[in-house]
Amino acid sequence: MSFLDLLELDFVQTALIAAAVLGLVAGVLGPLVVTRKMAFAVHGTSELAFTGGAAALLLGVGIGYGALAGSIIAAVLLGVLSRRESDRDSVIGAILAFGLGMGILMLALYKGRASNKFGLLTGQIVGVDSTDLNLLVVSSGVVLVVLAFIYRPLFFASVDPDVAVSRGVPVRALSVVFAVLVGVATALSVQVVGALLVLALMITPAAAAMRVTASPLRATVLSVVFAEVAAVGGILLSLQPGLPVSALVTAVSFVIYLVCRGIGALRRRVLV
Amino acid sequence: MSAISLRGARLSYGDRVLWDGLDLDVEPGEFLAVLGPNGSGKTSLMRVLLGLQPLSSGTVLIAGGNHAIGYVPQQRALDQSMTLRGRDLVGLGLDGHSWGFGLRGRRERRIRVDAAIASVGGSRYADSPVGVLSGGEQQRLRVAQALVGDPAVLLCDEPLLSLDLANQRVVSELIDKRRREADTAVLFVTHELNPVLPLVDRVLYLVGGRFRVGTPEEVMNSRTLSELYRTPVEVVRVRDQILVVGAGACEEQTHHLSAEAAS
Ligand SMILES: Nc1ncnc2c1ncn2[C@@H]1O[C@H](COP(=O)(O)OP(=O)(O)OP(=O)(O)O)[C@@H](O)[C@H]1O
Ligand SMILES: [Mg+2]
Repeated sequence: MSFLDLLELDFVQTALIAAAVLGLVAGVLGPLVVTRKMAFAVHGTSELAFTGGAAALLLGVGIGYGALAGSIIAAVLLGVLSRRESDRDSVIGAILAFGLGMGILMLALYKGRASNKFGLLTGQIVGVDSTDLNLLVVSSGVVLVVLAFIYRPLFFASVDPDVAVSRGVPVRALSVVFAVLVGVATALSVQVVGALLVLALMITPAAAAMRVTASPLRATVLSVVFAEVAAVGGILLSLQPGLPVSALVTAVSFVIYLVCRGIGALRRRVLV
Repeated sequence: MSAISLRGARLSYGDRVLWDGLDLDVEPGEFLAVLGPNGSGKTSLMRVLLGLQPLSSGTVLIAGGNHAIGYVPQQRALDQSMTLRGRDLVGLGLDGHSWGFGLRGRRERRIRVDAAIASVGGSRYADSPVGVLSGGEQQRLRVAQALVGDPAVLLCDEPLLSLDLANQRVVSELIDKRRREADTAVLFVTHELNPVLPLVDRVLYLVGGRFRVGTPEEVMNSRTLSELYRTPVEVVRVRDQILVVGAGACEEQTHHLSAEAAS
Protein backbone atom coordinates (compact mmCIF):
# COMPACT_ATOMS: atom_id res chain seq x y z
CA MET A 1 0.00 0.00 0.00
CA SER A 2 1.28 3.45 -0.80
CA PHE A 3 1.62 6.17 1.80
CA LEU A 4 -1.44 7.98 0.45
CA ASP A 5 -3.54 4.82 0.54
CA LEU A 6 -2.57 4.41 4.16
CA LEU A 7 -3.80 7.92 4.92
CA GLU A 8 -7.22 7.00 3.55
CA LEU A 9 -7.69 4.34 6.20
CA ASP A 10 -10.18 5.12 8.94
CA PHE A 11 -8.04 3.98 11.80
CA VAL A 12 -5.10 6.02 10.55
CA GLN A 13 -7.24 9.15 10.41
CA THR A 14 -8.58 8.48 13.88
CA ALA A 15 -5.03 8.07 15.09
CA LEU A 16 -3.95 11.33 13.49
CA ILE A 17 -6.83 13.26 15.07
CA ALA A 18 -6.07 11.69 18.45
CA ALA A 19 -2.41 12.64 18.10
CA ALA A 20 -3.23 16.21 17.12
CA VAL A 21 -5.56 16.71 20.10
CA LEU A 22 -3.03 15.17 22.42
CA GLY A 23 -0.20 17.28 21.05
CA LEU A 24 -2.22 20.40 21.80
CA VAL A 25 -3.02 19.43 25.40
CA ALA A 26 0.43 18.09 26.21
CA GLY A 27 2.08 21.07 24.55
CA VAL A 28 0.07 23.58 26.57
CA LEU A 29 0.58 21.77 29.89
CA GLY A 30 4.25 21.04 29.30
CA PRO A 31 5.85 24.40 30.17
CA LEU A 32 3.89 24.55 33.44
CA VAL A 33 4.90 20.98 34.28
CA VAL A 34 8.55 21.80 33.64
CA THR A 35 8.39 25.09 35.55
CA ARG A 36 6.87 23.31 38.52
CA LYS A 37 9.54 20.60 38.26
CA MET A 38 6.90 17.90 37.91
CA ALA A 39 8.53 15.72 35.25
CA PHE A 40 8.91 12.87 37.71
CA ALA A 41 5.34 13.36 38.91
CA VAL A 42 4.12 13.00 35.32
CA HIS A 43 6.10 9.81 35.00
CA GLY A 44 4.65 8.49 38.26
CA THR A 45 1.15 9.45 37.20
CA SER A 46 1.56 7.66 33.90
CA GLU A 47 2.64 4.47 35.68
CA LEU A 48 -0.53 4.67 37.73
CA ALA A 49 -2.51 5.19 34.54
CA PHE A 50 -0.95 1.93 33.42
CA THR A 51 -2.09 0.29 36.64
CA GLY A 52 -5.61 1.65 36.13
CA GLY A 53 -5.60 0.43 32.54
CA ALA A 54 -4.47 -3.01 33.62
CA ALA A 55 -7.21 -3.13 36.24
CA ALA A 56 -9.76 -2.14 33.59
CA LEU A 57 -8.48 -4.88 31.29
CA LEU A 58 -8.89 -7.43 34.08
CA LEU A 59 -12.38 -6.20 34.96
CA GLY A 60 -13.42 -6.02 31.34
CA VAL A 61 -14.19 -2.27 31.20
CA GLY A 62 -12.72 0.24 28.78
CA ILE A 63 -8.98 0.69 29.22
CA GLY A 64 -9.37 4.44 28.69
CA TYR A 65 -11.60 4.79 31.74
CA GLY A 66 -9.28 2.65 33.83
CA ALA A 67 -6.28 4.77 32.86
CA LEU A 68 -8.21 7.95 33.61
CA ALA A 69 -9.25 6.69 37.05
CA GLY A 70 -5.70 5.51 37.81
CA SER A 71 -4.02 8.78 37.01
CA ILE A 72 -6.58 10.96 38.74
CA ILE A 73 -6.21 8.89 41.90
CA ALA A 74 -2.44 9.22 41.52
CA ALA A 75 -2.67 12.99 41.04
CA VAL A 76 -4.85 13.47 44.11
CA LEU A 77 -2.62 11.17 46.18
CA LEU A 78 0.45 13.11 45.15
CA GLY A 79 -1.25 16.40 45.88
CA VAL A 80 -2.35 15.29 49.34
CA LEU A 81 0.71 13.31 50.43
CA SER A 82 3.45 15.64 49.29
CA ARG A 83 2.62 18.88 51.02
CA ARG A 84 6.19 20.06 50.81
CA GLU A 85 8.10 20.21 47.56
CA SER A 86 11.10 18.64 49.27
CA ASP A 87 9.42 15.29 49.88
CA ARG A 88 7.53 15.11 46.61
CA ASP A 89 10.14 12.99 44.83
CA SER A 90 10.21 10.32 47.49
CA VAL A 91 6.41 10.15 47.72
CA ILE A 92 6.21 9.70 43.94
CA GLY A 93 8.89 7.02 44.02
CA ALA A 94 7.01 5.04 46.66
CA ILE A 95 3.62 5.29 44.93
CA LEU A 96 5.07 4.62 41.49
CA ALA A 97 6.85 1.43 42.50
CA PHE A 98 3.78 0.05 44.24
CA GLY A 99 1.46 0.97 41.35
CA LEU A 100 3.73 -0.59 38.76
CA GLY A 101 3.90 -3.80 40.77
CA MET A 102 0.12 -3.95 41.05
CA GLY A 103 -0.21 -3.33 37.32
CA ILE A 104 2.12 -6.21 36.51
CA LEU A 105 0.22 -8.47 38.89
CA MET A 106 -3.07 -7.63 37.17
CA LEU A 107 -1.59 -8.21 33.73
CA ALA A 108 -0.35 -11.59 34.92
CA LEU A 109 -3.88 -12.48 36.01
CA TYR A 110 -5.34 -11.29 32.69
CA LYS A 111 -6.03 -14.13 30.27
CA GLY A 112 -6.81 -12.11 27.12
CA ARG A 113 -4.68 -11.16 24.13
CA ALA A 114 -1.09 -10.35 24.93
CA SER A 115 -0.95 -7.39 22.56
CA ASN A 116 -3.43 -5.56 24.79
CA LYS A 117 -0.95 -5.82 27.63
CA PHE A 118 2.01 -4.60 25.67
CA GLY A 119 -0.01 -1.72 24.26
CA LEU A 120 -0.51 -0.20 27.69
CA LEU A 121 3.19 0.24 28.15
CA THR A 122 4.22 1.29 24.67
CA GLY A 123 1.11 2.73 23.11
CA GLN A 124 -1.45 1.45 20.63
CA ILE A 125 -2.72 4.48 18.84
CA VAL A 126 -3.77 2.51 15.79
CA GLY A 127 -6.11 0.71 18.15
CA VAL A 128 -7.89 3.92 19.15
CA ASP A 129 -11.53 3.55 18.11
CA SER A 130 -14.24 6.16 17.86
CA THR A 131 -15.47 5.83 21.47
CA ASP A 132 -11.89 6.30 22.66
CA LEU A 133 -11.61 9.28 20.37
CA ASN A 134 -14.76 10.82 21.83
CA LEU A 135 -13.45 10.38 25.34
CA LEU A 136 -10.16 11.90 24.25
CA VAL A 137 -11.67 14.95 22.58
CA VAL A 138 -14.15 15.68 25.36
CA SER A 139 -11.61 15.30 28.18
CA SER A 140 -9.08 17.39 26.30
CA GLY A 141 -11.66 20.09 25.84
CA VAL A 142 -12.44 20.09 29.56
CA VAL A 143 -8.74 20.24 30.45
CA LEU A 144 -8.16 23.19 28.12
CA VAL A 145 -11.19 25.15 29.33
CA VAL A 146 -10.28 24.71 33.00
CA LEU A 147 -6.70 25.60 32.24
CA ALA A 148 -7.69 28.76 30.40
CA PHE A 149 -9.66 29.87 33.42
CA ILE A 150 -6.94 29.26 36.02
CA TYR A 151 -3.95 29.98 33.80
CA ARG A 152 -2.73 33.31 35.16
CA PRO A 153 -2.93 32.56 38.89
CA LEU A 154 -1.52 29.10 38.22
CA PHE A 155 1.42 30.58 36.37
CA PHE A 156 1.91 33.13 39.16
CA ALA A 157 1.87 30.36 41.75
CA SER A 158 4.33 28.32 39.69
CA VAL A 159 7.02 30.94 39.21
CA ASP A 160 6.62 33.14 42.28
CA PRO A 161 4.71 31.29 45.01
CA ASP A 162 5.58 33.63 47.92
CA VAL A 163 4.22 36.74 46.26
CA ALA A 164 1.32 34.83 44.69
CA VAL A 165 0.20 33.71 48.15
CA SER A 166 0.45 37.28 49.38
CA ARG A 167 -1.85 38.41 46.58
CA GLY A 168 -4.53 35.95 47.62
CA VAL A 169 -3.84 33.28 45.00
CA PRO A 170 -5.03 29.89 46.36
CA VAL A 171 -1.67 28.25 45.69
CA ARG A 172 -2.39 24.96 47.46
CA ALA A 173 -5.77 24.38 45.80
CA LEU A 174 -4.39 25.30 42.38
CA SER A 175 -1.62 22.76 42.68
CA VAL A 176 -4.14 19.98 43.33
CA VAL A 177 -6.32 21.14 40.40
CA PHE A 178 -3.27 21.26 38.17
CA ALA A 179 -2.19 17.79 39.28
CA VAL A 180 -5.62 16.48 38.27
CA LEU A 181 -5.42 18.21 34.87
CA VAL A 182 -2.00 16.65 34.34
CA GLY A 183 -3.46 13.32 35.45
CA VAL A 184 -6.21 13.51 32.84
CA ALA A 185 -3.80 14.51 30.09
CA THR A 186 -1.44 11.74 31.12
CA ALA A 187 -4.16 9.13 31.01
CA LEU A 188 -5.05 10.31 27.52
CA SER A 189 -1.44 10.17 26.35
CA VAL A 190 -1.00 6.70 27.77
CA GLN A 191 -3.32 5.37 25.08
CA VAL A 192 -1.30 6.93 22.32
CA VAL A 193 2.32 6.61 23.33
CA GLY A 194 2.01 4.27 26.30
CA ALA A 195 2.84 4.73 29.94
CA LEU A 196 6.59 4.54 29.39
CA LEU A 197 6.71 7.36 26.90
CA VAL A 198 4.29 10.02 28.11
CA LEU A 199 7.27 12.17 28.95
CA ALA A 200 8.08 12.40 25.24
CA LEU A 201 4.89 14.36 24.65
CA MET A 202 4.53 16.32 27.85
CA ILE A 203 8.10 17.10 28.92
CA THR A 204 10.45 16.95 25.97
CA PRO A 205 8.71 19.51 23.71
CA ALA A 206 8.31 21.96 26.60
CA ALA A 207 11.89 21.48 27.74
CA ALA A 208 13.03 22.09 24.16
CA ALA A 209 10.94 25.26 23.82
CA MET A 210 12.19 26.64 27.11
CA ARG A 211 15.75 26.29 25.88
CA VAL A 212 15.23 28.82 23.13
CA THR A 213 13.01 31.51 24.65
CA ALA A 214 12.46 33.23 27.98
CA SER A 215 8.98 34.46 27.08
CA PRO A 216 6.31 32.27 28.69
CA LEU A 217 3.86 32.85 25.84
CA ARG A 218 6.39 32.02 23.12
CA ALA A 219 7.53 28.97 25.08
CA THR A 220 3.96 27.66 25.19
CA VAL A 221 3.36 28.24 21.48
CA LEU A 222 6.62 26.52 20.56
CA SER A 223 5.92 23.67 22.93
CA VAL A 224 2.56 23.04 21.22
CA VAL A 225 4.19 23.14 17.79
CA PHE A 226 6.91 20.71 18.87
CA ALA A 227 4.43 18.34 20.49
CA GLU A 228 2.28 18.37 17.34
CA VAL A 229 5.25 17.71 15.12
CA ALA A 230 6.35 14.84 17.34
CA ALA A 231 2.89 13.24 17.73
CA VAL A 232 1.53 13.68 14.20
CA GLY A 233 4.94 13.40 12.56
CA GLY A 234 5.76 10.28 14.54
CA ILE A 235 2.60 8.54 13.35
CA LEU A 236 3.14 9.53 9.71
CA LEU A 237 6.71 8.29 9.81
CA SER A 238 5.66 5.00 11.36
CA LEU A 239 3.05 4.14 8.71
CA GLN A 240 5.07 3.05 5.71
CA PRO A 241 7.83 1.06 7.41
CA GLY A 242 5.30 -0.28 9.94
CA LEU A 243 7.42 0.65 12.95
CA PRO A 244 6.05 1.22 16.47
CA VAL A 245 4.44 4.65 16.79
CA SER A 246 5.90 5.34 20.20
CA ALA A 247 9.46 4.78 19.00
CA LEU A 248 9.09 7.38 16.29
CA VAL A 249 7.19 9.89 18.45
CA THR A 250 9.93 9.81 21.06
CA ALA A 251 12.64 9.94 18.41
CA VAL A 252 11.17 13.02 16.71
CA SER A 253 10.65 14.78 19.99
CA PHE A 254 14.17 13.99 21.15
CA VAL A 255 15.69 15.30 17.91
CA ILE A 256 13.77 18.55 18.39
CA TYR A 257 15.08 18.73 21.93
CA LEU A 258 18.69 18.27 20.82
CA VAL A 259 18.35 20.92 18.14
CA CYS A 260 16.88 23.40 20.64
CA ARG A 261 19.63 22.70 23.14
CA GLY A 262 22.12 23.42 20.39
CA ILE A 263 20.42 26.67 19.45
CA GLY A 264 20.18 27.71 23.09
CA ALA A 265 23.87 27.04 23.70
CA LEU A 266 24.90 28.87 20.54
CA ARG A 267 22.80 31.86 21.45
CA ARG A 268 24.20 32.08 24.92
CA ARG A 269 27.70 32.05 23.51
CA VAL A 270 26.84 34.84 21.09
CA LEU A 271 25.24 36.94 23.84
CA VAL A 272 28.08 36.57 26.33
CA MET B 1 -8.83 55.11 59.30
CA SER B 2 -5.46 53.47 59.79
CA ALA B 3 -3.97 51.49 56.93
CA ILE B 4 -2.78 48.80 59.32
CA SER B 5 -4.12 48.19 62.76
CA LEU B 6 -2.91 45.56 65.25
CA ARG B 7 -4.59 45.20 68.65
CA GLY B 8 -3.14 43.12 71.47
CA ALA B 9 -1.38 41.03 68.87
CA ARG B 10 0.54 38.00 70.08
CA LEU B 11 2.48 35.52 68.01
CA SER B 12 4.05 32.41 69.44
CA TYR B 13 5.37 29.18 68.00
CA GLY B 14 4.87 26.58 70.70
CA ASP B 15 6.04 28.23 73.92
CA ARG B 16 8.35 30.61 72.07
CA VAL B 17 6.75 34.07 72.11
CA LEU B 18 7.92 36.34 69.29
CA TRP B 19 5.90 39.33 70.43
CA ASP B 20 2.95 39.92 72.70
CA GLY B 21 0.60 42.82 73.40
CA LEU B 22 1.54 44.57 70.20
CA ASP B 23 -0.71 47.58 69.51
CA LEU B 24 0.23 49.26 66.29
CA ASP B 25 -1.52 51.66 63.97
CA VAL B 26 0.18 52.63 60.75
CA GLU B 27 -1.42 55.61 59.04
CA PRO B 28 -1.69 56.07 55.27
CA GLY B 29 1.53 57.62 54.01
CA GLU B 30 3.48 56.66 57.11
CA PHE B 31 6.93 55.07 56.85
CA LEU B 32 7.56 52.54 59.61
CA ALA B 33 10.96 50.87 59.85
CA VAL B 34 10.98 47.42 61.48
CA LEU B 35 14.29 46.56 63.14
CA GLY B 36 15.56 43.66 65.18
CA PRO B 37 18.11 40.86 65.22
CA ASN B 38 17.74 37.65 63.19
CA GLY B 39 14.84 35.54 64.36
CA SER B 40 13.10 38.34 66.27
CA GLY B 41 9.91 37.93 64.22
CA LYS B 42 10.09 40.62 61.53
CA THR B 43 9.23 38.33 58.63
CA SER B 44 6.61 36.67 60.82
CA LEU B 45 4.98 40.07 61.33
CA MET B 46 4.80 40.49 57.55
CA ARG B 47 3.24 37.05 57.23
CA VAL B 48 0.62 37.99 59.80
CA LEU B 49 -0.23 41.15 57.87
CA LEU B 50 -0.44 39.16 54.64
CA GLY B 51 -2.87 36.77 56.28
CA LEU B 52 -0.51 33.82 55.90
CA GLN B 53 0.06 33.36 59.61
CA PRO B 54 -2.78 33.50 62.14
CA LEU B 55 -2.17 35.48 65.33
CA SER B 56 -2.01 33.50 68.56
CA SER B 57 -4.29 36.18 69.98
CA GLY B 58 -5.37 39.74 69.18
CA THR B 59 -6.63 41.21 65.95
CA VAL B 60 -5.16 42.50 62.72
CA LEU B 61 -6.89 44.76 60.23
CA ILE B 62 -5.66 45.93 56.82
CA ALA B 63 -7.66 48.64 55.09
CA GLY B 64 -8.57 47.33 51.66
CA GLY B 65 -7.65 43.71 52.35
CA ASN B 66 -5.07 41.52 50.66
CA HIS B 67 -5.31 42.97 47.18
CA ALA B 68 -4.31 46.36 48.53
CA ILE B 69 -0.93 45.03 49.65
CA GLY B 70 2.30 45.22 47.70
CA TYR B 71 4.91 42.79 48.98
CA VAL B 72 8.66 42.65 48.45
CA PRO B 73 9.66 39.27 49.95
CA GLN B 74 12.91 38.69 51.82
CA GLN B 75 15.32 37.92 49.08
CA ARG B 76 15.56 34.46 47.64
CA ALA B 77 17.25 34.16 44.27
CA LEU B 78 14.97 33.17 41.39
CA ASP B 79 15.54 29.88 39.62
CA GLN B 80 18.35 30.12 37.05
CA SER B 81 16.54 28.29 34.26
CA MET B 82 13.12 29.86 34.76
CA THR B 83 11.22 30.80 31.61
CA LEU B 84 10.32 34.25 32.83
CA ARG B 85 11.43 37.71 31.82
CA GLY B 86 11.65 40.73 34.06
CA ARG B 87 8.52 42.21 32.53
CA ASP B 88 6.58 38.99 33.20
CA LEU B 89 7.55 39.08 36.86
CA VAL B 90 6.43 42.68 37.18
CA GLY B 91 3.23 42.00 35.21
CA LEU B 92 2.26 39.25 37.65
CA GLY B 93 2.23 41.86 40.40
CA LEU B 94 -0.39 43.75 38.43
CA ASP B 95 -2.93 41.07 37.55
CA GLY B 96 -1.37 37.66 38.25
CA HIS B 97 -4.08 36.93 40.79
CA SER B 98 -7.07 37.38 38.45
CA TRP B 99 -8.74 34.49 36.68
CA GLY B 100 -8.82 34.01 32.95
CA PHE B 101 -6.34 35.06 30.29
CA GLY B 102 -6.87 38.80 30.50
CA LEU B 103 -6.77 39.47 26.80
CA ARG B 104 -8.48 42.83 27.15
CA GLY B 105 -6.59 45.97 28.09
CA ARG B 106 -3.20 44.58 27.07
CA ARG B 107 -2.01 47.95 25.80
CA GLU B 108 -2.74 49.76 29.02
CA ARG B 109 -1.23 46.87 30.95
CA ARG B 110 1.96 47.14 28.96
CA ILE B 111 2.19 50.86 29.60
CA ARG B 112 1.83 50.38 33.35
CA VAL B 113 4.36 47.55 33.47
CA ASP B 114 6.85 49.54 31.39
CA ALA B 115 6.42 52.56 33.65
CA ALA B 116 6.97 50.49 36.79
CA ILE B 117 10.10 48.94 35.32
CA ALA B 118 11.44 52.31 34.20
CA SER B 119 10.88 53.76 37.68
CA VAL B 120 13.38 51.30 39.16
CA GLY B 121 15.77 51.80 36.26
CA GLY B 122 15.21 48.28 34.97
CA SER B 123 14.31 48.93 31.33
CA ARG B 124 17.67 47.68 30.11
CA TYR B 125 17.14 44.14 31.38
CA ALA B 126 13.33 43.92 31.36
CA ASP B 127 13.39 41.38 28.53
CA SER B 128 16.18 39.20 29.92
CA PRO B 129 15.42 35.92 31.70
CA VAL B 130 15.15 36.74 35.41
CA GLY B 131 17.40 33.84 36.35
CA VAL B 132 20.47 35.43 34.79
CA LEU B 133 20.00 38.83 36.46
CA SER B 134 22.13 39.90 39.40
CA GLY B 135 20.69 39.90 42.90
CA GLY B 136 20.33 43.67 42.86
CA GLU B 137 18.63 43.69 39.47
CA GLN B 138 16.15 41.05 40.65
CA GLN B 139 15.54 43.06 43.79
CA ARG B 140 14.70 46.20 41.80
CA LEU B 141 12.24 44.22 39.69
CA ARG B 142 10.71 42.96 42.94
CA VAL B 143 10.12 46.55 44.01
CA ALA B 144 8.55 47.34 40.63
CA GLN B 145 6.36 44.25 41.00
CA ALA B 146 5.14 45.43 44.40
CA LEU B 147 4.44 48.98 43.22
CA VAL B 148 2.76 48.25 39.89
CA GLY B 149 -0.46 47.08 41.56
CA ASP B 150 -1.09 50.48 43.17
CA PRO B 151 -0.86 49.21 46.75
CA ALA B 152 -2.38 51.02 49.73
CA VAL B 153 0.03 49.15 51.99
CA LEU B 154 3.58 48.27 51.07
CA LEU B 155 5.41 45.53 52.97
CA CYS B 156 9.13 45.37 52.22
CA ASP B 157 11.26 42.64 53.78
CA GLU B 158 14.86 43.86 53.60
CA PRO B 159 14.43 45.44 50.16
CA LEU B 160 17.86 47.06 50.22
CA LEU B 161 19.68 43.77 50.57
CA SER B 162 22.30 43.24 47.83
CA LEU B 163 21.82 46.75 46.42
CA ASP B 164 24.80 49.04 46.06
CA LEU B 165 24.64 52.50 47.63
CA ALA B 166 23.39 54.22 44.49
CA ASN B 167 20.58 51.74 44.05
CA GLN B 168 19.74 51.74 47.75
CA ARG B 169 19.03 55.43 47.25
CA VAL B 170 17.07 54.84 44.02
CA VAL B 171 14.85 52.24 45.67
CA SER B 172 14.30 54.02 48.96
CA GLU B 173 13.52 57.30 47.23
CA LEU B 174 11.11 55.49 44.95
CA ILE B 175 9.29 54.04 47.93
CA ASP B 176 9.33 57.41 49.64
CA LYS B 177 7.87 59.09 46.57
CA ARG B 178 5.18 56.44 46.37
CA ARG B 179 3.96 56.99 49.92
CA ARG B 180 4.01 60.77 49.54
CA GLU B 181 2.11 60.79 46.25
CA ALA B 182 -0.28 57.90 46.81
CA ASP B 183 -0.48 57.88 50.61
CA THR B 184 0.76 54.32 50.78
CA ALA B 185 1.61 53.04 54.24
CA VAL B 186 5.09 51.49 54.24
CA LEU B 187 6.43 48.78 56.54
CA PHE B 188 10.11 48.51 55.87
CA VAL B 189 12.11 45.69 57.47
CA THR B 190 15.79 46.48 57.48
CA HIS B 191 19.03 45.69 59.25
CA GLU B 192 20.43 49.04 58.18
CA LEU B 193 18.51 52.02 59.45
CA ASN B 194 20.89 54.70 58.21
CA PRO B 195 20.15 54.54 54.46
CA VAL B 196 16.46 55.24 55.16
CA LEU B 197 16.78 57.30 58.35
CA PRO B 198 15.64 60.58 56.73
CA LEU B 199 12.45 58.87 55.51
CA VAL B 200 11.50 57.05 58.69
CA ASP B 201 8.52 58.36 60.67
CA ARG B 202 8.54 55.66 63.31
CA VAL B 203 10.54 52.62 64.28
CA LEU B 204 9.33 49.23 65.54
CA TYR B 205 12.25 47.53 67.28
CA LEU B 206 11.86 43.82 68.14
CA VAL B 207 14.31 41.98 70.41
CA GLY B 208 13.77 38.55 71.94
CA GLY B 209 10.04 38.90 72.64
CA ARG B 210 10.23 42.57 73.70
CA PHE B 211 9.52 45.51 71.44
CA ARG B 212 9.37 49.29 71.35
CA VAL B 213 7.51 51.58 68.94
CA GLY B 214 8.30 55.26 68.52
CA THR B 215 10.12 57.91 66.54
CA PRO B 216 13.78 57.21 65.77
CA GLU B 217 14.72 59.60 68.60
CA GLU B 218 12.51 57.77 71.08
CA VAL B 219 13.74 54.30 70.20
CA MET B 220 17.29 54.68 68.93
CA ASN B 221 18.89 55.83 72.15
CA SER B 222 21.17 54.11 74.63
CA ARG B 223 18.57 53.80 77.39
CA THR B 224 15.80 52.23 75.27
CA LEU B 225 18.02 49.81 73.39
CA SER B 226 19.80 48.76 76.60
CA GLU B 227 16.39 47.93 78.06
CA LEU B 228 15.39 46.00 74.97
CA TYR B 229 18.63 44.04 74.74
CA ARG B 230 18.96 43.80 78.55
CA THR B 231 22.63 44.61 78.25
CA PRO B 232 24.48 47.91 77.98
CA VAL B 233 24.11 49.26 74.47
CA GLU B 234 25.64 52.52 73.36
CA VAL B 235 23.90 54.55 70.66
CA VAL B 236 26.01 57.26 69.09
CA ARG B 237 24.88 59.88 66.62
CA VAL B 238 27.57 60.83 64.16
CA ARG B 239 26.39 63.57 61.85
CA ASP B 240 23.15 62.14 60.42
CA GLN B 241 24.03 58.50 61.11
CA ILE B 242 23.13 56.33 64.07
CA LEU B 243 25.75 53.90 65.31
CA VAL B 244 24.76 51.12 67.68
CA VAL B 245 27.58 49.66 69.72
CA GLY B 246 27.35 46.55 71.88
CA ALA B 247 24.07 45.05 70.71
CA GLY B 248 26.09 42.37 68.96
CA ALA B 249 27.46 41.10 72.25
CA CYS B 250 24.29 39.25 73.24
CA GLU B 251 22.40 38.84 69.99
CA GLU B 252 23.44 38.38 66.44
CA GLN B 253 24.66 41.51 64.71
CA THR B 254 21.87 43.94 64.03
CA HIS B 255 23.84 46.52 62.16
CA HIS B 256 26.93 46.22 60.04
CA LEU B 257 28.00 49.44 61.61
CA SER B 258 27.84 48.02 65.10
CA ALA B 259 30.24 45.28 64.08
CA GLU B 260 32.64 47.78 62.64
CA ALA B 261 32.41 50.11 65.57
CA ALA B 262 32.88 47.32 68.09
CA SER B 263 36.00 45.88 66.49
N1 LIG C 1 6.18 28.19 60.98
C1 LIG C 1 7.04 28.29 62.00
N2 LIG C 1 7.06 27.36 62.98
C2 LIG C 1 7.91 27.47 64.02
N3 LIG C 1 8.79 28.46 64.18
C3 LIG C 1 8.83 29.42 63.23
C4 LIG C 1 7.96 29.38 62.09
N4 LIG C 1 8.21 30.47 61.33
C5 LIG C 1 9.20 31.14 61.95
N5 LIG C 1 9.57 30.52 63.09
C6 LIG C 1 10.58 30.99 64.02
O1 LIG C 1 10.25 32.29 64.43
C7 LIG C 1 11.40 33.08 64.56
C8 LIG C 1 11.22 34.38 63.83
O2 LIG C 1 11.33 34.15 62.45
P1 LIG C 1 11.30 35.36 61.40
O3 LIG C 1 11.48 34.77 60.06
O4 LIG C 1 10.09 36.16 61.66
O5 LIG C 1 12.59 36.18 61.84
P2 LIG C 1 13.16 37.52 61.23
O6 LIG C 1 13.04 38.56 62.28
O7 LIG C 1 12.54 37.82 59.92
O8 LIG C 1 14.69 37.14 61.05
P3 LIG C 1 15.73 37.52 59.89
O9 LIG C 1 16.35 38.81 60.26
O10 LIG C 1 16.73 36.41 59.96
O11 LIG C 1 15.00 37.54 58.59
C9 LIG C 1 12.57 32.25 64.06
O12 LIG C 1 13.30 31.80 65.17
C10 LIG C 1 11.92 31.08 63.35
O13 LIG C 1 12.67 29.92 63.56
MG1 LIG D 1 13.17 37.81 57.98
